[in-house]
Amino acid sequence: MKRQVRFGIGIAVVLIAIAYFAFAGYNESKAYYKTIEEVSAMGPAAQSKRLRVAGLVKEGTIERDGTHVSFVLAQDVETMHHSMRVNYVGSQPVPDTFKDRADAVVEGKVLADGTFEADHLQAKCASKYEAKYGTNAQHPGGVTGADAAPAETLKTSNTY
Amino acid sequence: MIQIGNYAVALALTFCAYALFALFYGARTGRRELAKSGERSVYAMFGFVVLAVVALEVLLMRSDFSVEYVAEYSNRDLPFFYKLASLWGGQKGSLLFWTLILTGYTALVALRNRNYAGKLIPYTLGVLSVTSMFFLIMNKFAANPFERLMVDHGGAGLQAFTAPDGRGLNPLLQHPAMVIHPPMLYLGYVGMVVPFAFCMAALLTRELGAGWIKLTRRWTLFAWLFLGTGILLGGRWAYVELGWGGYWAWDPVENASLMPWLTGTAFLHSVIVQERKNMLKVWNVVLILATYLLAIFGTFLTRSGIVSSVHAFAQSSIGNYFVTFLVIAALASIYLVVTRLAFLKSDNQLDSYASREASFLFNNLILLAACFAVLWGTLFPVLSELVQKDKVSVGAPFFNKINVPIGLFLLFLTGVGPLLAWRKTSWESMARIFMWPTLAGIVAGIITIVAGERSIYPIMSFAIAAFVLMTLITEFGRATRARMRNTKENPFAALYGITATNKRRYGGYIAHLGFLLLLVGFTGQAFTTEGWGEVNVGEKFSIGKYDFTCVDIADVKDPNYEGMSATLALSKNGKHLANLSPEKRFYAASEQTTSEVRMFHTPLEDVYVVFANVKEDTNKAVMQVWVNPLVSYVWLGGVVLALGTIITLLPNRVERRLIRRKKAVENLLRETDKVAVR
Repeated sequence: MKRQVRFGIGIAVVLIAIAYFAFAGYNESKAYYKTIEEVSAMGPAAQSKRLRVAGLVKEGTIERDGTHVSFVLAQDVETMHHSMRVNYVGSQPVPDTFKDRADAVVEGKVLADGTFEADHLQAKCASKYEAKYGTNAQHPGGVTGADAAPAETLKTSNTY
Repeated sequence: MIQIGNYAVALALTFCAYALFALFYGARTGRRELAKSGERSVYAMFGFVVLAVVALEVLLMRSDFSVEYVAEYSNRDLPFFYKLASLWGGQKGSLLFWTLILTGYTALVALRNRNYAGKLIPYTLGVLSVTSMFFLIMNKFAANPFERLMVDHGGAGLQAFTAPDGRGLNPLLQHPAMVIHPPMLYLGYVGMVVPFAFCMAALLTRELGAGWIKLTRRWTLFAWLFLGTGILLGGRWAYVELGWGGYWAWDPVENASLMPWLTGTAFLHSVIVQERKNMLKVWNVVLILATYLLAIFGTFLTRSGIVSSVHAFAQSSIGNYFVTFLVIAALASIYLVVTRLAFLKSDNQLDSYASREASFLFNNLILLAACFAVLWGTLFPVLSELVQKDKVSVGAPFFNKINVPIGLFLLFLTGVGPLLAWRKTSWESMARIFMWPTLAGIVAGIITIVAGERSIYPIMSFAIAAFVLMTLITEFGRATRARMRNTKENPFAALYGITATNKRRYGGYIAHLGFLLLLVGFTGQAFTTEGWGEVNVGEKFSIGKYDFTCVDIADVKDPNYEGMSATLALSKNGKHLANLSPEKRFYAASEQTTSEVRMFHTPLEDVYVVFANVKEDTNKAVMQVWVNPLVSYVWLGGVVLALGTIITLLPNRVERRLIRRKKAVENLLRETDKVAVR
């Protein structure tokens, strides 16, 4: 019995250490999924949290400065309801798929002036083929960038 | 061809269903002939899947754009090899490819064990057929790659349509590493089904001795080798193709492939304990079942779109099929383990921390903890939404915080574990074994601190690496010297000799060396520097110790793409090193832009240059640069790890002698049979 207790203690120590690291990492990197509408409804409260926001890149708003980029992210590109200006200042290059009307996901913080400072930017080109063929099929992947993202999932993630 | 493909899948499914019935029913009721016919229909199933794959490849080669899959993932100007690779470029084709490998493994298991009597093999093939059945049903009903392209023209309803040209394979996938990475990964993923099938068969037949472990050791190693190589090739592809300066991003799909690798690694180590000490039987069964479920789960994760990812295929209904299958497989596994617990009793107990068993225990504990953490982090958005209202994701810092210390602990164990004795190691022998390695570790740590490094992890990493390296050197050194004394061989012949006579042991050490190199490579990430510059021809900028002078900016053109390239002269301290010409390409067929990275390699670091974009107002080229130390050791480590694994896979001299003897006996029996018939 004593032997089992001894090993139990060792195992517990390892697991507690790992749990501690997990908790620290969670606090450092957790990001809340929000829509632009929800972000604006949050008001100043939005500034305290790390947020992850999906939307469409408004046409003609992309301004590049070196490796950084500034643009307007809109929840609905047709009506232009709910939009916000995003400054991307991350260390990774802007994905090749980032362009006008692309689906984009940004991660970062809302600043006091209401602009969104993103350190992560993921983009997925809107599928132009849909119109051409009239099918619902979409092509896969097509995304660059670190943990670049949501292809098709974006459409659904807009409603979360 | 479309017809051939459809019929081939249907026939494969038919043979699969028959095999399933004949194998289980035949083995259960002891009708050997029935079971044998089940084994034979496994070959037929494989044959028809091969035919279906050939049919799809022919359609791809012919650019038959009346087929939806071909129109989606190929185009006329696509080079031959990429047309071939379009087979796994999309959801439906890659699922057929999965089935091809799975049925291929099934046929191979049948072939290799055709003379094996008893129930284990029919049951194993039966379990393999169940998995094949699931994938064939999807190939037939949920993700048929032979479907015609249907288009709705002006509201007249869907009509068959032949597209003038295809949409093309995703340009990011048009890379040599991408042609071999998916097959490697699939060979690994699917390979984990074989040890699972053996394990399930052992549970079903209650033949839970060392038999199934012995039969599956090579299969597991083989699958594990391919899975690991596939993962690293994927990293390599990301590094040279995606242009963000790194090779691993804790993307859900990367995580999905890492999880079965982690449990597979745990299994490879803990089976040794079962072989030697008859312990951890339940644990091993659970590990291999978990590995299989994680492999299927990984395939599901890639395809269902429940988490967003670079690699994720289009969202589709096949998610439901996978969930159903996973639930059934998990329940069946749990039921079998619980009802067979009595047959899985352990014969021994743990005695001391300073024992080989204890090091295996901790190796398993932290590998599983790593796997659990990765699983948890990957599914966090889904889980948090279920538990609370907010959907929350975790990023790279979460995974790094957990896995960096785990990696270091694991590396430490690779040094300690193999040198400890079974049961208990005395303090005196510990001091003798570990004196030099500990000293080497302390020296390396001090050197790192003196060199100016102050963060704890890089210091620990180099110290532990030196410690482990010294244990490996002393192990090889001691055995080599002993052999030199006995055989009077030169050191190299002796080194070769000891490795050849105990391939499992020394192959394992070489694999550990590979793991060490991998971690040294990972540590390099702590020292990455990056920056960017805007240049016109003749202008220059500096990043770190390197100077970049732009010597040319030009247009590039190819039938498949067009774009721009900038040529930079790279120099250090005024000495010219190389000309680098990164490109920005635009692929017409898929309307996608890609960056072509250019690199300059030295043994210690990579200079990594990306053509970021052209600045509109000044027309200057924006170049992004990374200086990545030690990255080469990641790839080198992967090669060494694979090499070590291959050495452990080679047959031993003793085994070879046994095989020869067995063959001789068989021949003799055949001869006597003939005599008897006469």
